[in-house]
Amino acid sequence: MSGTIVGVDVGGTFTDLFWFDAATRGFRTAKVPSRRGDEAAGFMNGLATLGGVETLGAIVHGTTVGTNTLLERRGPKIGVITTRGFRDVLEMRRRDRRRTWGLWGEFVPIADRDMRLEVDERTLADGTIRMAVDETAVSAAAAMLRERGARALAIIFINAYANPENERRALDAARAAWPDAHISVSHQVLPEIREFERASTTAINAYLQPVVGNYLAKLEAALAEQRFAGKFHIVQSNGGVMSTATARRLPVRTALSGPAAGVIAAAAIARAAGYDNIITCDLGGTSFDVSVVAGGKASLAAQTTVDFGLVIRTPMIEITTIGAGGGSIASIDRGGLLQVGPESAGSVPGPACYGQGNERPTLTDAHVVLGRINAQRPIGKLATLDVEAARHAIMTHVGVPLGFDVMQAAEAIVRVADARMAGAIRLVSIERGHDPVRFAAMPFGGGGALHAGALIRDIGLACAVIPRFPGVTSALGCVIADLRHDQVQTLNLMLDGLNTETLDKRMAMAGDAAASVVETAGIAVERIDVSFELDMHYLGQTHTVAVPLPVILAGGTTGISEAVIRAAFERAYSAAFSRLLPGIPTRIVSLRTAAIGRRPAFDLAAFAPNPDASLGKAERGTRKVFFGGAWHETRVWSRLDLPADAVIEAPAVIEQPDATIFIEPGLRGRVDRLGNIVVERI
Amino acid sequence: MGTTLDPITLAVLNGRLVQIADEMDATLYRSAFNPIIAEAHDACHGLYHAETGATLVQGTSGLPIFVGAMAFAVKAVIDKVARDRDLAEGDTYLFNDPYDGGTHLNDFRLVRPVMRAGCVFAWLASVGHWLDVGGNVPGNFNAKATESFQEGFRVPPVKLMRAGALQQDIVDILAANSRVPQSNWGDLNGQLNALALGERRVHALLDDYGDGTVAAAIDALTARAEALMRANIAALPDGTYSYDDFLDNDGVTDVPLRIALDMTISGDRMTLDFSRSAPPCQGPLNIARSTAVACCYVALKHIFTDVPANAGCLAPITFVIPDTTLLGVSAPKPVGGYTETILRVIDTVFGAFAKVAPERANGSPFATINALSLAGWRKDGKRWVMFCFFGGGLGGNPEGDGLNHGNNPISTATIPPLEILESLYPVMFTQWALRPDSGGAGRHRGGLGAIYEIEALEDNTDIFLLGERGKFPPFGVNGGGPAALNRFIYPDGDGGERTPPLVSKITDVRIKAGERIRLETPGGGGFGEPAAREPAKIARDFAFGYVTRGGTA
Repeated sequence: MSGTIVGVDVGGTFTDLFWFDAATRGFRTAKVPSRRGDEAAGFMNGLATLGGVETLGAIVHGTTVGTNTLLERRGPKIGVITTRGFRDVLEMRRRDRRRTWGLWGEFVPIADRDMRLEVDERTLADGTIRMAVDETAVSAAAAMLRERGARALAIIFINAYANPENERRALDAARAAWPDAHISVSHQVLPEIREFERASTTAINAYLQPVVGNYLAKLEAALAEQRFAGKFHIVQSNGGVMSTATARRLPVRTALSGPAAGVIAAAAIARAAGYDNIITCDLGGTSFDVSVVAGGKASLAAQTTVDFGLVIRTPMIEITTIGAGGGSIASIDRGGLLQVGPESAGSVPGPACYGQGNERPTLTDAHVVLGRINAQRPIGKLATLDVEAARHAIMTHVGVPLGFDVMQAAEAIVRVADARMAGAIRLVSIERGHDPVRFAAMPFGGGGALHAGALIRDIGLACAVIPRFPGVTSALGCVIADLRHDQVQTLNLMLDGLNTETLDKRMAMAGDAAASVVETAGIAVERIDVSFELDMHYLGQTHTVAVPLPVILAGGTTGISEAVIRAAFERAYSAAFSRLLPGIPTRIVSLRTAAIGRRPAFDLAAFAPNPDASLGKAERGTRKVFFGGAWHETRVWSRLDLPADAVIEAPAVIEQPDATIFIEPGLRGRVDRLGNIVVERI
Repeated sequence: MGTTLDPITLAVLNGRLVQIADEMDATLYRSAFNPIIAEAHDACHGLYHAETGATLVQGTSGLPIFVGAMAFAVKAVIDKVARDRDLAEGDTYLFNDPYDGGTHLNDFRLVRPVMRAGCVFAWLASVGHWLDVGGNVPGNFNAKATESFQEGFRVPPVKLMRAGALQQDIVDILAANSRVPQSNWGDLNGQLNALALGERRVHALLDDYGDGTVAAAIDALTARAEALMRANIAALPDGTYSYDDFLDNDGVTDVPLRIALDMTISGDRMTLDFSRSAPPCQGPLNIARSTAVACCYVALKHIFTDVPANAGCLAPITFVIPDTTLLGVSAPKPVGGYTETILRVIDTVFGAFAKVAPERANGSPFATINALSLAGWRKDGKRWVMFCFFGGGLGGNPEGDGLNHGNNPISTATIPPLEILESLYPVMFTQWALRPDSGGAGRHRGGLGAIYEIEALEDNTDIFLLGERGKFPPFGVNGGGPAALNRFIYPDGDGGERTPPLVSKITDVRIKAGERIRLETPGGGGFGEPAAREPAKIARDFAFGYVTRGGTA
């Protein structure tokens, strides 16, 4: 089997690819337009530009098919079978509303009320079966839902996390009445307490099963036709890779597939460059995505809200999004204040300078007018950018109302966008208890590096580390991500007098089950690490703290003890809240198990600048760039021709095919031995 | 004034200031012990004017009702400082007095000055709902209280910290007066953390931009909010528009209480006159004047969503709230049920606005919190108390149907999962469902309320409920119909069912294992003539069982 592997990240605008040959450490990158609605076409076109698939050893794919289906509600009709009295849980949510201010706004659940049927059954919180499930009623309900047009089925019973017996029997009954494998059962998708979150995640899983299943089948057929004989895998929201079989069973875990891969790559690049604490900033067309990597580890969130009322609870890389991207529109609000976003021109029609019909100014237009983005050599497949259209839009919608000339107005747009991005970073770091001053920014995506200087200045970040290929970071993440399988089980046990033997058995079983998912995925791993975490709290609290357990599963036992758990809990609780509460009983809510199949380490030395690179070769003359209220003759450099240890003094523009970097006065850029550019204060 | 400030600096400073309040919110949520703050975000932070206490900047995630109330809290401290004349840097005041800038006794406020060169530049304040502050009923929702002393203990503004040093005496007094001193201590620490962070951030901002620039920006932002509010009011037709609504009773005597609003629009000014409202009542449904002003602010913010949260938006509003009404009481009139009264005040603002601008109004939301407690003793002799607020429908509105099962306008709190409740207490829910036919009819139907049915799993389970809207339903607007009434049903001890004599308020009802109680909450009022509803939507309502009979509710 060949050692070549390709990472493919299909985004809304572009499909990015990263091709790597482990034997020769050779790599190639590619960027082709995505085709909305026919993502498979962009995927295959991209692979074709890299020389086809016949000789490839593996393809790892980051996809947004699931997320887009959900956001655009393009999925099939689904049916839901629930405990009698509880069919509305999915529609009642957690009694929230769309916005803090303003009481308008509806919610449409992904399964209509007439597609949610109830059956007799009931399990109590302690797992006792109060009423056995009526299997005949389950079969009849499944048949009726099928008849009403359901293409997938979700079975969600109250307290199924505590004892799945009734759900299991219901699954058997439903299978007999269902023509395919598109049935999601809550205890298999998320055996965790909290009925709405479990119901929502299970129903969304069912909704995505036919969609993701068809998409993968299409890709697999196309790959087979072109005689691809390697392994095909999918990146999941937790930043780990899974088999396509797992992706078909648990498509809900693909929700943040591509963005998660980007964070994994950023963390790896930062680690290799000597930075353990970074904040990744991905500036796309419509949004600015921020994620915190502390101590070399990406932060995991327990759940996310895709849209109002659409909650997915599964471990995922924690990414915070604000509506401030290159396509975000600048406007003056009714109170006379300049705003950038959240309204966006997206990639179609895009910024005014694209000349595709949008006449309102965007952040990208401001960069073009200021001379920071090279209008003659834009990113992607566009010919050239229309600077005049950008100037006109900025003058009309921002300059005139504020009494500014066009350059002042353009600079104002960039400053307001800088402030919003800085605000997002400050808030995510504070919410996690981190002081942003100890962090470096890692901007990626096409435009992130244009704001690096402002982030250093406004937030007081230590520096910014700009990866060698910022525009294909997610595709690189696909190539270097480990295999991973997470599972959760709610236990609800008091720590005092805990039966550790029973807990040890459950942990061993969970560990073996998770590891076997990784083992059978079919990708070579160096070893499989199984780790355990408990969600715990003081009795009476509803929030829990994550308590990593310092134990290893070996020979069928973890050697867990009450003392080990207590010490681990107190460590985690002190770190989170500083004060312990002695005398209050402690409770274990859930067990989280992760199996991680470590892939051979990706040596980022592959990105090191060419030994014969030199400043001379990288020089591209000068051009005028506007900053600090005036035009300045500014040196232009070709990023990929810069040698290691080169120092670029401000002001400077550094260009490469997939990104532009601007070094402003007070800062300087330094090329490190791995080809990253470190922007720091002088 | 802000006229000298360039608009970019203004936009940047606006973001930075709001961010400071947001960071204070985030700090408290993270470090609070009690889930009412940690989970339901029953807290708020902001920056307030040095001399007047007026709100300068407010966080975006704090509880809506506090956004309006905090200015009064800071003013109470400013008055105290003026009397005592001994303010020093690092001083922090603490109080919960509902009659002097508070809301109810559970809400503890901490107020600290930001000093620059020996002078107060502005005040920082933090408020959070503490779990228990003594009184007759755990958690302090006592539907039968006739004096505030039965509701909990009262603290006037006192110095919790002197020049940065915590006064242990005061902490000891707080601890001795609560059933859960440790929880309150944890929350107090969280609030102190938030103030410390806010203080650091404000100093950093002032060092960065200069005190003069920041002060100018704050003035400009306040002026801008005022201008926006004036523009909003000026766009409405002049005149006086009245709306009267009623509370079922005060929890002691079964007599309805009128809440009456005369809203006068005159040019770019608005007067809200509540003089025709009922006199102070015996039970806990009274509120203090500051609370009444705060809830009007909440109502106006829900109507004019684009106005920023600072004092500027109240500048064009005149309030007439005589102390002869239940909306302007003083100590020791009980105020523990204040949530119900402020919801009704908000409804009168919505109702009067619907007469001013019917095409822009929304039907009344369900507007009762239904504070329901189930309590008993476990087999091992330990006390258990399950305490929860329940949801209902929001009003139909110009954009579409009302939201099914939402939260109240004063809150953004979520409801606990029933599986969590069942895992903690000896109860079993037998229904957690939308309530058909509970939304008001209309071109855009009101959202549906809910049915919660609970079976006791042990004998001697005591029931307490403080709710409203059992006699006077949430109203529709612009031709829309009313929603269904709140209903509470419990066993009569003879195998039958009954409803409470005071409709939605009971204390000390005891049920046996296997018996059930049922709470049916109101939906929202409808918007527009029901006859104008699209036939496809009517068909959908029947197909989905949102509506089961002709003529909703």
